[in-house]
Order: sequence, then C-alpha cells, then structure tokens
Amino acid sequence: MYERMCLCRAFEETCIQFYMEKMIRGSLHPSIGQEGTAVGACFALRQDDYMTCTYRGHSACIAKGIDINAALAEMLNKRTGVSKGKGGSMHWTDPTIGLLGENAIVGAGVPIAAGGAFSAQLDDKGDGNGRVALTFFGDGAVNQGVFHETLNMAQLWKLPLILLCENNLYAEMTLLKDSNPLNTVADRAKGYNMRAVTIDGNDIEAVYNIVSEAAARARAGEGPTFIEAMTYRLTGHMIGDSETYRTKEEVAEARKREPIVRTRELLATQHGVKDAEFDAISARVKTQIDAAIKFAKDSPEPQPSEVFEDVWA
Amino acid sequence: MRELTYTQALREALTEEMERDTNIILMGEDIGSYGGVFRVTEGLLAKFGPRRVKDTPISEAGFVGMAVGMAMTGKRPVPELMFMDFALVCADQIWNQAAKMRSMSGGRVKVPLVLRAQQGGGRGNGAQHSQSFEAMFTHMPGMKVVLPSTPADAKGLLKSALRQDDPVMFIEHKLLYNTRGEVPDGEHLVPLGKADVKRAGTDLTIVAYSRQLLLALEAAEVLQKEHNISAEVIDLRSTVPMDMDTIITSLKKTHRLLVTHESHASCGVGAEIAMRVMEQAFDELDAPIARVAGLDLPIHSAKALEETVLPQAGAIVAGALKLLK
Repeated sequence: MYERMCLCRAFEETCIQFYMEKMIRGSLHPSIGQEGTAVGACFALRQDDYMTCTYRGHSACIAKGIDINAALAEMLNKRTGVSKGKGGSMHWTDPTIGLLGENAIVGAGVPIAAGGAFSAQLDDKGDGNGRVALTFFGDGAVNQGVFHETLNMAQLWKLPLILLCENNLYAEMTLLKDSNPLNTVADRAKGYNMRAVTIDGNDIEAVYNIVSEAAARARAGEGPTFIEAMTYRLTGHMIGDSETYRTKEEVAEARKREPIVRTRELLATQHGVKDAEFDAISARVKTQIDAAIKFAKDSPEPQPSEVFEDVWA
Repeated sequence: MRELTYTQALREALTEEMERDTNIILMGEDIGSYGGVFRVTEGLLAKFGPRRVKDTPISEAGFVGMAVGMAMTGKRPVPELMFMDFALVCADQIWNQAAKMRSMSGGRVKVPLVLRAQQGGGRGNGAQHSQSFEAMFTHMPGMKVVLPSTPADAKGLLKSALRQDDPVMFIEHKLLYNTRGEVPDGEHLVPLGKADVKRAGTDLTIVAYSRQLLLALEAAEVLQKEHNISAEVIDLRSTVPMDMDTIITSLKKTHRLLVTHESHASCGVGAEIAMRVMEQAFDELDAPIARVAGLDLPIHSAKALEETVLPQAGAIVAGALKLLK
C-alpha cells in the first residue's frame, strides 16, 4: 500500500509539472495528501468491485489498479489514453477494474455507484460473494440533492454500497463550517438510519480495516456503510488556485500528518523497514513513472475523425 | 387484426421484452403495486416480481442516476418519469451522464437505458405538468428520441428502443393512452429513424409526430372535404434519428411543407426540419415553409387559455390554406 501511495504521488507530481509546461489541457485537481483514503479503501476491494470517484480521483483510480501508462496518456489527450484522449483529467473510466468513472459534476458519481450496487444486488447469488460498489466523494458533495436521494434508497434497499466521504475540510474554496451546520458529515447518514463512522483518513490501516469491514457487511447483504475519512488536500482545489482561504502555516502543519510521511514512519518504527527498502520502492516507482512518461509522450494524437467514433451520430 | 389501446400496446412491448431479456429492470414512482398513474405497468409487478419492477421514492435525480450506473454494469434499466416535466429535476443524469458516458469514456462503457415519460397538454394540468421537451433532447447529442403516435408504433418502437445500446428518450403523450388501434401480435419491431407516410397527398406535405399527428390527419381530412386540397401527412416517429429522406421524397411531389408540433415554436423540431430542408432540398420548395406550433408561453390550466397556446387542428388547416394561397 505504501508503494502504491508513492506511485499516486509521483504520478500527480508529474501531472503538475506537465500542467505547468502547458502539456495538459483543461483543469487539474490533484489529490496529493489524500492518497491514504484512496489506497486504503481500494486495497480492501476486489478488482471486480465497482467504484466511482470525482475529478479529484487520480489516486483512487491508480489505487484501484488503472494502467498508469494509459492514465498518463489520457492526461496528454493521446489516442492510447484510458478514454482515447476524449475524457482528459476528469473522466477516467475503465470497466475492467470496475471503475465506473471519475465525474466532473459534484455528487453525480454517488447514484451511479448505487446503480452498480443495485446491479450487484440483482446478480448476487446469495453466497456472500457478490460484488460491492464504493463511491468516493468530497465534503462538498453532501450538500447535493442526489447525495441525499441515494443515501435514502441505498438504505431502503440495503444496497451493497460503501459511501466514502473524503472530508478534506474544503468544498472547492469554501470551508466546511461555512457550508454545513453539522459537526461531522457522518451525522447526515445517521438521518437515514445508515451505519456511519468517522475515521482518520490519513491512517491507511484504519481506512483499510473499516472498508474491509464495510465490504464484508455489504457482501453479507447487510447493506450500505457511510465512512467519513478525515483528510487534507495539500494542493489547491486546482492548479492555479490562489488558496486565499487558508494559511501557509495550516498547510505546513498538515504536511506533518500526511499519509505517506505517516506510513513511512510507521513502517520504519513499528515494522523495521530500512532506508534501503524505501529507496528500492522509490526506484521502482520512478521506473514505472518514467515508462509511463515515455509511453504517453510517444503516443499518437487522436485524429479529427475520431469524434464520430464511440457515439451515436 | 385485434385492437389495443396505446397503454395496452406499451404494456405488451414491456412484457414481451422483459420475457426475452432478463436484464430489463423497470423503476419509477408508483409503477409497481399501483401499476403506474397511467396504468402502463399494471400487472407487471405480479408477473416479474419486485426485483425487476422497482417502486422508487420520489427522487428522479437519484433513481435516474442509479439507472445510469445499472446500464453501465450490464443491466437495461427502464426508468419512468411520471411526467416529462420532471426531466428537469434529473437533467444532470440525462444530459451530463447518460448521454455522454459512452463517448466521454472513449467507448469503454455503454448506457443502454430507455427513459420513458409522457408529455403534452390538453388536460388542464397547468404549466408544470403539460410541457413537451423533445426539442431539448433532440438538441443534445448522445441520445435517441422517439415519439410514437399510434398503438402499433407504441409497441413496435418501444421494443426496438429496448434493443439499443445508447440511451433512448421514449416519449409518450398523456392524451394518447386511451386511443385504440390495430397492433400486431408478437414480434413487431418498428425501426428507429424511419418516418411513416400516414396519408398520401399531392398538394402539400404535413410533418407531425406524437399526438399532433392525429390533429394533422384531422386537418388533412378537412382540407380534402372542404377545400379539395390533398395533403400528404408524415409521422416523423423519432426526432433522433430524423428521417429527412421521407420528408424530401414527399416534398419532391408536393413542393410545399408544413411542420407542426405541440411544443413551443422557437428553436423547435419544426425549425430544425425547415433548416435541413433549406440545406438539402431548397430547390424543391415552391413556397416558404409553414410552421404551426405551440406559442412561446406557459401552458395554463383553463381550457380557453390552454387551447390558445397549443396548436389545434384548425390552426393546421389555416396554415395549409395560407401556404397554398
């Protein structure tokens, strides 16, 4: 899990560099600092479990197992990209790993994941081995209507759904306390009689354990679980965000609690992992990223005629 | 041939297709134990069970969003909006999600979803239960838009819609449910995108669809009997795909075109047909194209007000006479 977090981080740092070099079109919304929730959650799922995430979903997709060559090619809008260059940063979709899409509309992935959960429930043979669906969303999404509608139906129908709120304290540029009268997001789920817990989302073991438990409950037919994972994004909402809504001190303080630093400390102090092993991980990640960069840069651009493909026209 | 109502024809299409394809799942408000407010799904809960006929809370955005996720994961959901006006409640799920998902993902997923809804005025339901939205769906790429006008087409087009791999807006009309007509037994498929010449004529071509088709036929009868004018009446059947070939073939005979629809005139399907005729067959026109459509005003409850806004058969007759003057 530690290595996968490092891969997520290195991938997004590469994207930021490419964005600054104007090689990436559109907006870029990094999930740097939130890798703990992404990796901890996805490692607790099977590859065939369904997942939706948001435009801040690159770490979640990499955690679920997306091919990073195709992912980086998508960032550069190449034909070999995950979505053939059509989706860009905010629409990675790959059914082979259960990924039902990032989504550029806040909250929209929540009912789509519930639809995956409904399909899973219909396909369930009752052997406790059915699929589950997990949806990542932010603390901003809990103020959208579809969020509430989906929680209501998911609990009503006991759907095998895991609702994972990555609470990074900011809905785009607005503070949580300025958009939500409750102390915790999880309290909203309790209003639907749904099991809800709040955890430290930068504690990767805690994330892995709670999602494992939620998935087991869902597979056993016991219905949805709401998880509020407290985390923090270390970059702005998007690259170019002036970040006037928070202080540099606050961000510096958060860097001390970020998941990669914490997990490395944990591995070094509790599990005796040596520096040489961390160096080896870094080297492996660099090899993967270098290969992805070469693949993406060498890949062809889409041809204009491709607008007529993959669509009814 | 036996006769069925439009409602019965729709129910027969759903029943036959659900028997053929176990991935078809119906979902919507009051469609199960109540049988749907227009009775289309009556008896289907008993026949197919609660897993395949799902009563939902009043959450259009939520359940249409779920239908998108189901369609992406191997099911063929058929969400029903009780009134088309509620499509605006789930506009994101229709336009940003269902219609774009296949293309936006580079073809990684498909969204075989049929969204059923009924639209139109004529019952005094007022401004939030009487609207017609086919022009908006026609404007947005990624979906097919189907509007049957007869019981036979209701069955044949719905069965075809349930075999598409792209989302289909299947638009019924509240005043058509009790209309009767001959409907073929069993496998009756009407291809999407093939207009139907309902009445042959030589003096002008009238293009209509949905309930307006019935008014166009009524007008054609009046034109023949009272004015000795021979109108050819075409049922467009779907606005996406739009069968321009049938319209232009007719125009080559009549050289005059009148388009009529219940929905608002501005930026409507009539405007689109007129522009396509301009682009593809301008030389065939002996007169400017005429349009008889809803006024660009809300549709009010009082009969006199509603009938002023919605185009009646008399307006089609008047439009035709002016065109032929």
